[in-house]
Amino acid sequence: MVINGVTIDDTFAEAFGMKATRVVITAYNLKWAYHAANAATGFATSVIACGCEAGIERKLEPEDTPDGRPGAAILLFAVSGKELAKQLERRIGQCVLTSPTSAAFAGISEGERLPLGKNLRYFGDGFQSSKLIGGKRLWRVPVMDGEFLCEETTGMVKAVGGGNFLILAESQSQALAAGEAAIEAMRKVPNVIMPFPGGVVRSGSKVGSKYKTLMASTNDAFCPTIRGITRSELSEEVHAVLEIVIDGLTEADVRSAMQAGIAAVCGLGVKNGIRRVTAGNYGGKLGQFNFQLRQIMS
Amino acid sequence: MSALTLSLKETPRQRVDLSPLTPDFLKGKTHAQISAIELVCGNRRLRVGELFDVSGNDASSLIINNSCCKLDRIGQAMSIGSITIHGDAGAYLAYAMKKGAITLHGNAGAYAASGMISGLLRIHGNADDFLAAAIPGERHGMNGGRVIVTGNAGDRTGDHMRRGQVLIEGNCGDFCASRMIAGTIAVLGTAARGAGFGMRRGTLLLNSMPAELPATFNDCGAHHLNYLTLLIKSWHSLDTKFALLEPHSSVRRYMGDVANSGTGEILVWQ
Repeated sequence: MVINGVTIDDTFAEAFGMKATRVVITAYNLKWAYHAANAATGFATSVIACGCEAGIERKLEPEDTPDGRPGAAILLFAVSGKELAKQLERRIGQCVLTSPTSAAFAGISEGERLPLGKNLRYFGDGFQSSKLIGGKRLWRVPVMDGEFLCEETTGMVKAVGGGNFLILAESQSQALAAGEAAIEAMRKVPNVIMPFPGGVVRSGSKVGSKYKTLMASTNDAFCPTIRGITRSELSEEVHAVLEIVIDGLTEADVRSAMQAGIAAVCGLGVKNGIRRVTAGNYGGKLGQFNFQLRQIMS
Repeated sequence: MSALTLSLKETPRQRVDLSPLTPDFLKGKTHAQISAIELVCGNRRLRVGELFDVSGNDASSLIINNSCCKLDRIGQAMSIGSITIHGDAGAYLAYAMKKGAITLHGNAGAYAASGMISGLLRIHGNADDFLAAAIPGERHGMNGGRVIVTGNAGDRTGDHMRRGQVLIEGNCGDFCASRMIAGTIAVLGTAARGAGFGMRRGTLLLNSMPAELPATFNDCGAHHLNYLTLLIKSWHSLDTKFALLEPHSSVRRYMGDVANSGTGEILVWQ
């Protein structure tokens, strides 16, 4: 399959089952909502060492938030409900509770409940109070700029993590431009995040390493500077590869995001140095979900 | 199907316990069966047929016509449907109500909404003393749900109230929210003496400073409280003056009663 001169490999992205939740963060203005949201989703690129994968899903207008203030919706993904609960409490407690004027609300109403303000309320040292409004319990924790308002729980749902595709370009700058174009298109898709910096990752990994202590190491088959000494996947014209990793609430969400991203990359076409789009997998034996690139783009 | 309608023939001399007449209990019963239900009236028993004319057949929407202040315990522990009352209601209206809606076009007697767990009670008139309060011997008053009073409420509204919302469009009497445990009482009119006396937690939201605030309440300053936005938004779908309130107003916060844990709050709109 070739789209606008870009070859779409006959391969698939392999993704895994995860647990996810959404939190709505609001503040006095969008700037402070984003300060809190950025902090809460910081250092959350990969479950390998961060505990969870997280990102800002979308900006929220005042009419879309429970308290009528500007906000941001964040999504958090983890390998288990227990780990997700731990990460949620730490991140909301350290990054949202601490952020001026912030408030946090459940972004998912269904599913198993995860504590949101349920434990953070104890920061109030006995001065905290709760209100049951519309069937939802909200905790009011007194803080130095007023009150931190936080819903007691949020919902946890099954999700999909690790959807991906790789952009193979003639130069680093062209690969980066394609990555940016893909992310811009993918940010419009609801229920997904691209957890790496700016949504793009350069250090794609393979399973295992020559060093016994490492579970993963650089994906040498896609590293252009060592193509002469390894079993390279890169053709002569390719000098840079970037990957986009997608976590979504459902398989369909990940599929939509991949479709939007690859379409944006192909939109730049071979005239902008984009040569191939491929995907990372482990032979289809490890992940529950396979996303066939050609099927998605057909 | 038309609503099951009970029309009071004449005002009884003594108080009548109407607790059996709920949609739950009347569902599926014929007129003959309904007319044969015994009601306690003073020290004797009367049959429904002796007191009421029975018409209609949809027990899920019960109508009581020509009601009077001697009909106690209307809607007690009901868990389905609705009751519409034309005329006054006696004491313990909606006592321990679990679900559904009661609309009263008249005045309510003492202890309306006491022990109420959920549902909506609308009083298009005044409520007597001890609205949403605990009856003697019980630890908690109202335990959930929502009460809207378009008129005034008497003394000791919300005494020992545990949960839920009481919205009073008119004034409330002395010792509103006394010994309140939790929940919300909002008053658009004025509050008389002793508001919040012995309050443990909960919120008393007032449109103006009460006539007299207990000395055991401390001024915590004027604030914009974010939760009020959500609270007021939750009223927007209701048919009440509270639906017209602005969501971004600030309030003056008084906390107390410091003689009784002191984490209750009286909020006065600025």
